Amino acid sequence: MSLAGFFQHLVNALSLGGIYALIAIGYTMVYGILRLINFAHGDVFTYGIYFAFYAVVLFLMPWWVAFVFSIFATAFLGAFIERIAYRPLRNAPRISALITAIGVSFFLENFAIVAFGGRAKSFNPQTGIYPTSFLNMINIGGVRIPVLTFITIGIVIAALVLLIWIVYKTKIGMAMRAISKDIPTTKLMGVNADRVVSFTFMLGSGLAAIGGILWAMKYPQVYPYTGMIPGLKAFIAAVVGGIGSIQGAMVGGFILGISEIMIVAFVPSLAGYRDAFAYAILLFVLLVKPTGILGVEVSEKV
Amino acid sequence: MEKSLSNSLKFILTLALIVVIGFLLFLANKRASEYVILILNLMAINMIFAVSLTLINGITGIFSLGHAGFIAIGAYVSTLLTLPVAQKEMTFLIKPLIYPFNQIQMPFLPATLIAGLVAAGFGYVVAAPSLRLIGDYLAIATLGLGETIRIIANNAWSITNGALGLKAIPPYTNIYWSWGWAFVTVLVIASLVKSSYGRALKAIREDPIAAKAMGINVFSHQVVSFVLGSFFAGVGGALWAHLITTIDPKSFAFSKTFEILIMAVLGGLGSISGAIIGASIYTVGLEFLRVLESPFKIWFINFPGIPGMRMVVLSIMLIVLMLFWQRGIMGRDELTWDLIYKLFTKSARRRGVVDE
Repeated sequence: MSLAGFFQHLVNALSLGGIYALIAIGYTMVYGILRLINFAHGDVFTYGIYFAFYAVVLFLMPWWVAFVFSIFATAFLGAFIERIAYRPLRNAPRISALITAIGVSFFLENFAIVAFGGRAKSFNPQTGIYPTSFLNMINIGGVRIPVLTFITIGIVIAALVLLIWIVYKTKIGMAMRAISKDIPTTKLMGVNADRVVSFTFMLGSGLAAIGGILWAMKYPQVYPYTGMIPGLKAFIAAVVGGIGSIQGAMVGGFILGISEIMIVAFVPSLAGYRDAFAYAILLFVLLVKPTGILGVEVSEKV
Repeated sequence: MEKSLSNSLKFILTLALIVVIGFLLFLANKRASEYVILILNLMAINMIFAVSLTLINGITGIFSLGHAGFIAIGAYVSTLLTLPVAQKEMTFLIKPLIYPFNQIQMPFLPATLIAGLVAAGFGYVVAAPSLRLIGDYLAIATLGLGETIRIIANNAWSITNGALGLKAIPPYTNIYWSWGWAFVTVLVIASLVKSSYGRALKAIREDPIAAKAMGINVFSHQVVSFVLGSFFAGVGGALWAHLITTIDPKSFAFSKTFEILIMAVLGGLGSISGAIIGASIYTVGLEFLRVLESPFKIWFINFPGIPGMRMVVLSIMLIVLMLFWQRGIMGRDELTWDLIYKLFTKSARRRGVVDE
């Protein structure tokens, strides 16, 4: 493979990995705080795309207003799901919460089929959803790469920096970190735990909406099951990086995105199996280091 | 003191119940419409799925989400063994079928057994690495395995005919096969659960570490439970394929596992009789929910049918079930003659008090 070709794949891999990282953070933050695998997160991602789509097509918002609207709407959807379905089960056996999360995921998918229709909706710039100039090609040393790829990478980096700032430099971020260590003690310190959990869901869902919009611009369509595969892969990314760790989710996302693109690039005959790679990586990591790359070993009390 | 029933009476009652059910099925097979027979078959197959999942999830406490994968293996293996050779040549257009399968054709029973054994063998291979994980990690690993089986089925054109799937499968499954296998499944799994082995499995569910301290080999017990569950999932898959006569990778997506999970949770995760009840209610209830998808009329207002509404209602049902009624119908209890007897005597006594 030529160097130019490799560079092209690398940029592509970084943008895909960035999207995975954005979704993976939602999984990892929720798991870090509630020890719950939020199966519905992939579908929250889908709804982020639908919100943006309908804001432009139905409410005729300019594209950038629509995108901001979608991020906030999705954030509230995430908090709403937590309020309705997960909060009553806070003290129930974890398996009940997990089954409920699967139920919420199926509800969101099937509701999307009923409400938005099962057929894929086109998410391309001709319908005015985003400017056509995003698809212009930039020529770097003989490689033609669409502007969109760079925009994706830029937005991902900005979102990740913002997230790190929120988690490590603000008061609510401190509360989030405290709650992930020990909920009862944090409550005794006068922190409103429910509000912090809601905020965590909003943050994760908002990031999922950003990831969703970037994803829809990259693969220009949306249908009720859009979020299923990227959701699963992002979850795998979170586990690979060490679930519960935000940096781990970022690392995992990029590992998954890069390996997926590179394996298909180097061994094109395996392209049909690209979705299976993620699982292979997952099994490998779980068997070698069950807590993931940056995860912390928790010894079980008897 | 509670009076309980003698063992021989219980045995006779059970035998009588089986004879009655068998006679009803015999009648249904003769008289009922094709639609009703289809539902009865589905009910039995769903029972096989739900009971085998209950063994893995409810009794042993391995939260496995890969059931659809084992069903897929059973369905594909049995179909490859029973499809007539000429039909195979017609189906595999893109790539021909690989050697041993393109020559053989065998009757239904050995094909079903081999399907179950292959699924069990696969379960054994898979169990060894993934059972090293615990809790949520295990759930995700098994979910990944189930999906991987589907992806392989989607891409291995020379074995599974890829995304096109297999068509014109001989419709061998009838009431006797499906209910016969359901009976065998329940008999085997119930006897296992009742044995000392089953008590060990329940101990592992409650606390693996304490079970280990009591001298139970946790790993080998879990493997046996997983392999047995996979075997019956494979058998159920074989029956299912020969009932609906077309299979493709999409039919074994995660939603299949989800359906079975609803049945098991509805009946009470951890109870075999619960799984049977859950599977029956689910199968029949799903047919009644069809009303939602066809136009209907209340008084004089016409409601148009909404396609897909069935699944929406179903998922809301599962969420509500988990929020307000986590134990399901049976919880972890079994529906035994003693329980029924106790219920009757208790209500009779209560009535007696009111009468006085």
